Amino acid sequence: MIWLTWRQFRIQLLAVYALVGAVCVWLALTGPALAHLAARNKDVYDLLSSTDLLLFNGGIAVLAVAPAVIGIFWGAPLVARELESGTYRLAWNQSVTRWRWLAAKLGFSVLATAVAVGILTTTVTWWAQPLDGIQGSQRGSLASRMTPISFAMRGVVPVSYAVFAVLLGTLVGLVVRRSVPAMALTLAIYVLVQVAVPWWVRPHLIPPTTTTVFLSEDTLDGIASTGSGPFKITARGADPRDWVLTNQTVDAEGHPAALPSWFGDCLPPPPSDPGSGATTQVHQAPGTLDACLSRLSDEGYRQRLVYQSHRHFWRLQWAETGLYLAASGVLAGLSFWWVRRRLS
Amino acid sequence: MSTPRKPRVESAARSDQMLPRGPRKYVSAVVAAAGLGKRYRRRWALRDCTLEIPAGQVTGLVGPNGAGKTTLLTLIVGLLTPTVGTIEVCGGRPAGDATQLAKVGFVAQDTPTYAGLTVAEHLRLGRHLNPRWDDAQAQERIGRLGLDPSQKAGRLSGGQRAQLALTLGLAKRPELLVLDEPVASLDPLARREFLQLLMEAVAEQEIAVLLSSHVVSDLERVCDHVVVLVDSQVRVADDVDTLLATHHRLSGPRREADTLPADQHVVWASHTDRQSTYVVRTESPVLDPAWTTTPQGLEDVVLAYMEGTPSDPAGTPLAVVR
Repeated sequence: MIWLTWRQFRIQLLAVYALVGAVCVWLALTGPALAHLAARNKDVYDLLSSTDLLLFNGGIAVLAVAPAVIGIFWGAPLVARELESGTYRLAWNQSVTRWRWLAAKLGFSVLATAVAVGILTTTVTWWAQPLDGIQGSQRGSLASRMTPISFAMRGVVPVSYAVFAVLLGTLVGLVVRRSVPAMALTLAIYVLVQVAVPWWVRPHLIPPTTTTVFLSEDTLDGIASTGSGPFKITARGADPRDWVLTNQTVDAEGHPAALPSWFGDCLPPPPSDPGSGATTQVHQAPGTLDACLSRLSDEGYRQRLVYQSHRHFWRLQWAETGLYLAASGVLAGLSFWWVRRRLS
Repeated sequence: MSTPRKPRVESAARSDQMLPRGPRKYVSAVVAAAGLGKRYRRRWALRDCTLEIPAGQVTGLVGPNGAGKTTLLTLIVGLLTPTVGTIEVCGGRPAGDATQLAKVGFVAQDTPTYAGLTVAEHLRLGRHLNPRWDDAQAQERIGRLGLDPSQKAGRLSGGQRAQLALTLGLAKRPELLVLDEPVASLDPLARREFLQLLMEAVAEQEIAVLLSSHVVSDLERVCDHVVVLVDSQVRVADDVDTLLATHHRLSGPRREADTLPADQHVVWASHTDRQSTYVVRTESPVLDPAWTTTPQGLEDVVLAYMEGTPSDPAGTPLAVVR
């Protein structure tokens, strides 16, 4: 059974490993120089070349795409192709039970997927380590590894995504019985899950930290106004690497509140055209701004921050990995049930 | 060999004349089904199938397209599970475990093979996946067929692919080999060659064979036993010799079916204003001098069973002779 699985799988396997190898070699060649640069200079960000930035974002893109692609191209046709070409009737009449047949297929592809994505994520995480979350001296920064976009492309979670995608593809292929629709459906479901998890699930995997800060020029991050609507204040957290979930102004009783009406009049006029959606930079006319913020504090307004500390990075990684692996286990179980019960 | 039939078909056998038979007809049956039925959503593909397939013989399963032949065969090999009823194959539940799977070979309809794998790789597949695999026999058959071991299965002709699938089925050394319409897509020459090689192999290995076809003449030469499946029900199942000995075509002056002797069971009937023609099943000789009696070939008997059905007005099974 292992031979047959390998024989059916080898070309795709070699193709994917060749790509993974190429990416790793490229990163391995550029990585040490970057680490060296980051160790010696405080403001690495300003020294980065456009190629470095491209590689940084490319690493994110590769890890965002790899699990989905593997899930679609390995998972969905895994059984669906046998069902649509009729070869399952040949395979299922050898002296091997369907469960062993599926176990071999799943075991092989899940292992191959996990190793491929594991190599990829280890390399990218190592390469990006010195750059994650760095701030430019003037402006500009690279995403912290706690931000949703970076978190999913670092550490161990990509492996669990890929395993999940393969098992999702297999089950969808079993149910749909045709490769191409199964691939499309797998992609749709996978993207949905990938959007839903950072939005609704990840913030609650570990209880987030809540803190309340006084408003002052030191803690102020920005003041934004959307059109004619009320102003909104955002404050800085304790550490720029934290993942801020909520950043809202609360009144003296601790209830979320809009800023008082006088606040807009208190603010100094922005230097340029105050068009809709304009963000007022805090560095203008400091004296007046400080006075406005003091008045806010005097009236009992505070800024409440709910955030996941950057120190939770690995705990969150393992929690999310566990979540995806548990879901993968359920999908695998359903596949085994389906291949035995529903396809007869 | 058969006289032209009249278009108007009126009657078939009456169910109260059926001879009940004991549950075990054969001392050793490779397949024993009782009350077997399979429903897809709301449609019954096979109903109330009680059947035995004798060991060590070649059994033909005949029926029109859509009669449920493939359903019955896939139930026997365990690709499907029955909705109702029981089925026992080689003393166990079909495809119940690896040992059971090893006992039954299956050449599925359209003889599926892996298009991307070569002939040699198919044999390797068989060797890896079957404990009783007879590699020498498989190699010898491939050599005799003149198949190039390094050729991809996707590039074989229909006949060659069927032969490859048959080789896989035989080299597995099963007790029962099931073939679903194995010759349907083959030209007459390839058809004859396929059946000939099948018969040779059966003679060597002493295995039971169950093959289906909607072409009776394919089966006539090779079968010891015939099962006729019409409209998802078994119409008749018996040895070819018995079928030939007990079925007669009677033609003579017009007569109603209920005036026939009680031991003559009408399978098929046709009437004109003056004349009646019957195909009857009877254990005893036909003595009535008014009849012109014609012996029936297997194809005539099978066709009589296939045609006898639709005239049934009430929709109840009529000629369930088994």
